[in-house]
Amino acid sequence: MTSRLSRRTFNALVSGVLGAGLLATYGSRRAGAATAEITVLNWKGYGTDEAFALKAFADATGIAVKHDYFNAEAEMLTKLRTNPGAYDVVLINSARTQQVQADGLIDAIDFAALSNAKDLAEPLRDHPNLQVDGKPYGVAWLWGMTSLAVRHGKVADAQSWAILSDPKYAGRLALFDDSITQVGIGALLTGQDINNPKDLKAITATLKAMKPNVKLMWSSEDEWNKAFAADAFDISDYWSGAAARSIKLHSLPLDFIVPKEGAIGWLDTLAVPSSSTKKGAALQFINYMIDPKFYVTWATQSGAPASTNTAAMNALPADDLSHKIYKPEDLAKLKFMSALSDDRRQAFNDVWDEVKAFYAK
Amino acid sequence: MRSENGTLTPRGRLARREWTTAALLAPAYSWLTLAVFLPLGAMLFFSFLKAAPFGARPLQFTFDNYLAFVRRPYLIDVAWTSIQIGLWTTGLCALVGLPAAIALARATRGRSQQVLFLLIVLPFWTNGLVRVFSWTMVLREGGVLDYALHLVAPSAPSVALLYSFPAIIIGLVHAYLPYMILTCYLSAAAIDDAYIEAARSLGARTPMIFAKIVLPLSLPGLISGAILIFVPVIGSFMEPRILGGRVGVTMGTVIEDQFVQAFNWPLGAALSFTMLAVVLIIFGVSSRALSARFGAQ
Repeated sequence: MTSRLSRRTFNALVSGVLGAGLLATYGSRRAGAATAEITVLNWKGYGTDEAFALKAFADATGIAVKHDYFNAEAEMLTKLRTNPGAYDVVLINSARTQQVQADGLIDAIDFAALSNAKDLAEPLRDHPNLQVDGKPYGVAWLWGMTSLAVRHGKVADAQSWAILSDPKYAGRLALFDDSITQVGIGALLTGQDINNPKDLKAITATLKAMKPNVKLMWSSEDEWNKAFAADAFDISDYWSGAAARSIKLHSLPLDFIVPKEGAIGWLDTLAVPSSSTKKGAALQFINYMIDPKFYVTWATQSGAPASTNTAAMNALPADDLSHKIYKPEDLAKLKFMSALSDDRRQAFNDVWDEVKAFYAK
Repeated sequence: MRSENGTLTPRGRLARREWTTAALLAPAYSWLTLAVFLPLGAMLFFSFLKAAPFGARPLQFTFDNYLAFVRRPYLIDVAWTSIQIGLWTTGLCALVGLPAAIALARATRGRSQQVLFLLIVLPFWTNGLVRVFSWTMVLREGGVLDYALHLVAPSAPSVALLYSFPAIIIGLVHAYLPYMILTCYLSAAAIDDAYIEAARSLGARTPMIFAKIVLPLSLPGLISGAILIFVPVIGSFMEPRILGGRVGVTMGTVIEDQFVQAFNWPLGAALSFTMLAVVLIIFGVSSRALSARFGAQ
């Protein structure tokens, strides 16, 4: 304190003008703040750019957060590759983490620097998709799943995906018109890896067996809601986030269930590009993003996918729907999607087109 | 090319008229060249590739995509469904549209004709998606149709047409009927009253007049209406997908899947061109048959 005071006095004396001295101090402080500015690469409107969060984070740490956005995962990769040093935090779907790591674009994460990491759900934090040589290359942040939705009160015995071909529910099934999801469900039913099923014939047969039950195929949340509200079906595969909205906004009577075979999950992570020059500040921001305080405000004010942080999920109000949809005991049953090669994608699509042609016959 | 007194010679007038015609046609044809042949050409090129040339992928040529019907036998069923949908829709449009067009052309005048025409083109003024979704409300179990039927006959079984083959046909006929009525109207309106009067004076009855005079003379309208309807209908994907439910799998939806879900533009393009070839063959055969049947008259 004394030294600073004396320096100020000294400055004033030397320059002879008090104003000039203040200006100089103000200027140097501005320069100091500018070094603590990080850039985040993410989807637009996906948590990191919430106005309340940026303000709270800047107030707490003095670090300003700028954003750049991508509209497709391929665009994210291109931006990371072609702008080294431009980004400090990047959102990466866990299906892509190993691919991005193989290109040397991201750093391993030091969990010791993240005080909030202790509450991350282990099956997500330590998921194999995020690990390379035993080191984590991203912080699990948000997740969701495609699982089973059934009409409340009418379908009580939904424990397995096998209910999709249960003769009891003839003509009461809706399926998501998406080859990757349907092949995934076929793989769960035949006990195969959803990302690399060996026996596509068995999957085709399993899906074809659902024909007497299939009433319609849906491709959007809105279509699903309208058909369910009109009592067109009782059972369907559905998205967790959409299920929450259907219950909350449209008061639809549905139960969201994770069957014993598991459900198809997705997991988004926050990672630090290896070309970042402000890795310390980047980790501080990631730590704030997994902070229960941030998540609860975000989820209750605007709505958010499930947090990987169990403390954050527990901190949600007791009547919050998330408690019914995202149950901690289901986490271990989730099978996460990996990146698909073009050949696999085509093979999956062929299976689904063949099945659909069979349904139509 | 002016004669001595300054008027145009017949030859000069002809040359000028040709230039005017060319100037009037040029914008439309250059637009069509640009808007139709360029993208179609690109798609034809794509259909011979192994993968769509996005990013830094090298070009690999293959004929594989055109063997889709051999490699994926289920596509034959799908194509047959599409053709059935096309035939049903075109047939029903002709059955409903031709009488309406003849009545409009021959039996209405002035204001009432204008109002009737307005009712026919009304579907054109609404967005296709809105039209299809409003049909879902009418056709579904407990929907408008079901409700109306039970008002009249409370003990009747419930009608749930949604998610069925008839639902697709209903939606498509609604969307494409105006084409048939408008093309048939033009043909029917051009029939000279004198023919019909002559036939009557020779003792022909109405069915005979229809079969021998009105139908053959309306045929050009019927054929162009059929072409205008059949081609888009067998490629349609919105109506089958939304109204057809489980049975709504057509070439249109399969091609859409290739573009949107599988990111296999080459296969989608090859399937489209195969469908185009099938359509051209159908037209070639049917136009030959028709000209053999009616050409002699």
